[in-house]
Amino acid sequence: MDNAICMEYVVPGDDFTRAGEASANMKQSLKRLGVPAAAVRRAAIALYEGEINLAIHAGGGRIRVEVTPDTIAMHLEDDGPGIADIPLAMSEGYTTAPAEVRSLGFGAGMGLPNMKKYTDTFEIQSTVGVGTTIDMSVSIA
Amino acid sequence: MTIQQMQEILGARLLTPAADLSQEVHTACGSDMMSDVLAYVKDQAVLLTGLNNPQVVRTADMMDMVCIVFVRGKMPGDEVLGLAESRDIAVLSTDLPMFAACGLLYQHGLRGGEWHG
Repeated sequence: MDNAICMEYVVPGDDFTRAGEASANMKQSLKRLGVPAAAVRRAAIALYEGEINLAIHAGGGRIRVEVTPDTIAMHLEDDGPGIADIPLAMSEGYTTAPAEVRSLGFGAGMGLPNMKKYTDTFEIQSTVGVGTTIDMSVSIA
Repeated sequence: MTIQQMQEILGARLLTPAADLSQEVHTACGSDMMSDVLAYVKDQAVLLTGLNNPQVVRTADMMDMVCIVFVRGKMPGDEVLGLAESRDIAVLSTDLPMFAACGLLYQHGLRGGEWHG
């Protein structure tokens, strides 16, 4: 990991309109690094979903991205309420998002399934009352 | 078709004057649910939506789309337009409802493209 490039972001929890800034920044950075477009798009979509989740569910959180010649590794962590039933949360269409969030175009229960779908590795750990961490990566072909 | 042709077909207003209207687009999707766009869209170049907030532009940006059409006369604010301009995304607004806007574009050759299952 000697030649890894790292990017760190703080996602605010009180401003939904700003969610996506970190993902957009990462996307631009990956493009500038010459990462192939397909890998850039998959990583950007997955991180964007994660960022939306941090803003909606967790009161904000922290993101760390490490880019090596082979991999885009993304680490997300928060001090939110945690997830009691991860398999249920991972199923398409299950959501705990309030109606207000759905009126903004999100909260359809596709966030976590999408993150898994667009990445090559995906691990989630959560403790109720403590928070949630997600580690996911996209291989650069 | 080009973005300019889309504008003419929809009788739409161009809200990002600096946009390159000669860009060719072949596929589009219509949705008010950005979660679905992120889940199922594959290579669509145009997003038609009645949702009006910055996440519409964020979503289009993540999907590498080049044009957003706001239907039902929705007029995005300066924040949304500024974000779109910074991403080189053209923004149109038409008074047509979603179904009619999609139908007209389809009639003139725009297609749905491939979707993620």
